[in-house]
Amino acid sequence: MTRSKTPVVNDNPFMKPMEWVSLALLVGVIFVLLPMLLDAFRLNLVGKYLTYSFVALGLVICWGFGGILSLGQGVFFGLGGYLMAMYLKLEASSVENTKIQSTPGIPDFMDWNQITALPWFWKPFESLPFTLLAVLVVPALFAFVIGTAMFRRRVGGTYFAIITQAIAAILTILIVGQQGYTGGINGITDLRTLHGWDIRTDSAHNILYFVNAGLLVACILFAQMVKKSKLGRILLAMRDKEDRVRFSGYQVASFKTFAFCLAAVFAAIGGAMFTLQVGFMSPSFVGIVPSIEMVIYAAVGGRLSLFGAVWGTLLVNWAKTSFSESFPELWLFGLGGLFILVVLAFPNGLAGIYRTHVEPRLTRRVKALEPAPAVALPHAAE
Amino acid sequence: MNAALLPSHRIGADPAEKDFLLAVESLTVSFDGFKAVNDVSFYVDPNEIRVIIGPNGAGKTTVLDLICGRTRASSGSIKYKGQELTRLSESAIVLAGVGRKFQTPSIYDDLTVFENLEISYPRGRSVFGALTFKRDAQVRDRIEEVASMIFLKDQLLERAEFLSHGQKQWLEIGMLLIQDPELLMLDEPVAGMSVGERVKTAELLNEIIKGRSVLVIEHDMKFVEDIAHRVTVLHQGKVLSEGSMERVKNDPKVIEVYLGH
Repeated sequence: MTRSKTPVVNDNPFMKPMEWVSLALLVGVIFVLLPMLLDAFRLNLVGKYLTYSFVALGLVICWGFGGILSLGQGVFFGLGGYLMAMYLKLEASSVENTKIQSTPGIPDFMDWNQITALPWFWKPFESLPFTLLAVLVVPALFAFVIGTAMFRRRVGGTYFAIITQAIAAILTILIVGQQGYTGGINGITDLRTLHGWDIRTDSAHNILYFVNAGLLVACILFAQMVKKSKLGRILLAMRDKEDRVRFSGYQVASFKTFAFCLAAVFAAIGGAMFTLQVGFMSPSFVGIVPSIEMVIYAAVGGRLSLFGAVWGTLLVNWAKTSFSESFPELWLFGLGGLFILVVLAFPNGLAGIYRTHVEPRLTRRVKALEPAPAVALPHAAE
Repeated sequence: MNAALLPSHRIGADPAEKDFLLAVESLTVSFDGFKAVNDVSFYVDPNEIRVIIGPNGAGKTTVLDLICGRTRASSGSIKYKGQELTRLSESAIVLAGVGRKFQTPSIYDDLTVFENLEISYPRGRSVFGALTFKRDAQVRDRIEEVASMIFLKDQLLERAEFLSHGQKQWLEIGMLLIQDPELLMLDEPVAGMSVGERVKTAELLNEIIKGRSVLVIEHDMKFVEDIAHRVTVLHQGKVLSEGSMERVKNDPKVIEVYLGH
């Protein structure tokens, strides 16, 4: 920037023009189009899907860029969701609300399991600031421990995927088994208010939808910043030639751990927003099946595309809802087939199709319309 | 880190032990009982181009692997400027000033030539450093300078996968140059290159030798003769002969190994 001598090297802008178009498209659809077209129930449903796209976004960084496939992202989604649910549950379990219990003032499932005092690790979740902090910090720490333990020992590829899957299974079993502390198989249900604000009403759902969408865009922008930094390029380099990066003086394990932690934090934000919008959290969002489903969202959207991750999540979930309403038992086969199809035929997913077929035409049209840029956008929305 | 070792090394009881840049002593590595490198010792001076030759399976690449920390020695020592390398991590060895080029061009296909070189620029190597790394004028100047040395000035914005094989080799050498190591290790830098490219590579090596030492593995004898100050011949994990190319060529042991092969 300081010198004009070197016009050959571009300035590495934060986003290329076509990426701005993608962002505008996404913002337009989730902030304007969907809220206009959908009723409160459907919008809440989309809000729920969007919480999964946080996980897919994390997978783009961790798996797409860094080449680290985690089949246990449900763990972090679940952690975020459970931590948020603990706060909401404590607020819903005030002494007046629970006066019929043998021990009033503790969550109902604890009372059913003959627990008579609030366990020590539940206590801090009476505080909202602590809870919000924990949603970000606890999953990051957990991912840091797993990442450090695995990557320092050079565990990678398939082995890492299997271990993350095992962790997802272990956590599910733990949650189901410790029902006095976790609500067991039913999860933590009957959540009512957030700091006194009733989250069950349509208007609350509406506000939470926009908060969620805003957080998603913030996460996309943060991910874009990482992608654009040298760290983003090091992730790509590592995926390609790990040894070359190592012998260029980098501690490969630290960079992998960072990518894994970032994916965990994104997933946890999604989990917390899920709990707020849906009103409960259960082990069925923690285990192996949801974790793999989330990988499929990222694969369908395109594992190298931040925006693709969101579109992939929305598309697969829309398909899931429509198909499973008509053919419930066929859906899982459909999902499996979709995954195989994407991997074999479109390894870069929707984003890959967009990039090779749509974007070149779009660019040409935008260029052709240069004298009248005002009309360029409606075409871009095609 | 082991700076304390340096003075004692200099005063060293052994008068023959002068200030080598790299001192490899009784280096041995065994893979399940097979000694790929067996009691190898050699010394590299500052500003020396040393070539290691030897038939296939002689342990040449393993020696480089041992020096850069990719393989751990079973016994023996590798002292670089008096600092013991056998206990350091790979990245610490790089930071100490040892750079390594791999046999097959090891570059990042998905990145541009510019980005390939930028990753090797010795700044912002921590996670946070990489996140906040700024591509300033200093970085650009250095990258352009190196790019013109390695004949890739016009390819800076090209994706590395579209380079020719020879250009990829140069790019990797360039990545090492940016790293600015005092000891540069090259594993078969001209393998698969055309005659013209070989000549240019020899020029390049003679250019970059200033202020550093180079340790090269090479099969191409013409090329070895062009660049080598001294040659070490490895055979079955042991040092068979060492000295000038002229001396080594006329060593009966070397002739036997090469002709008997």
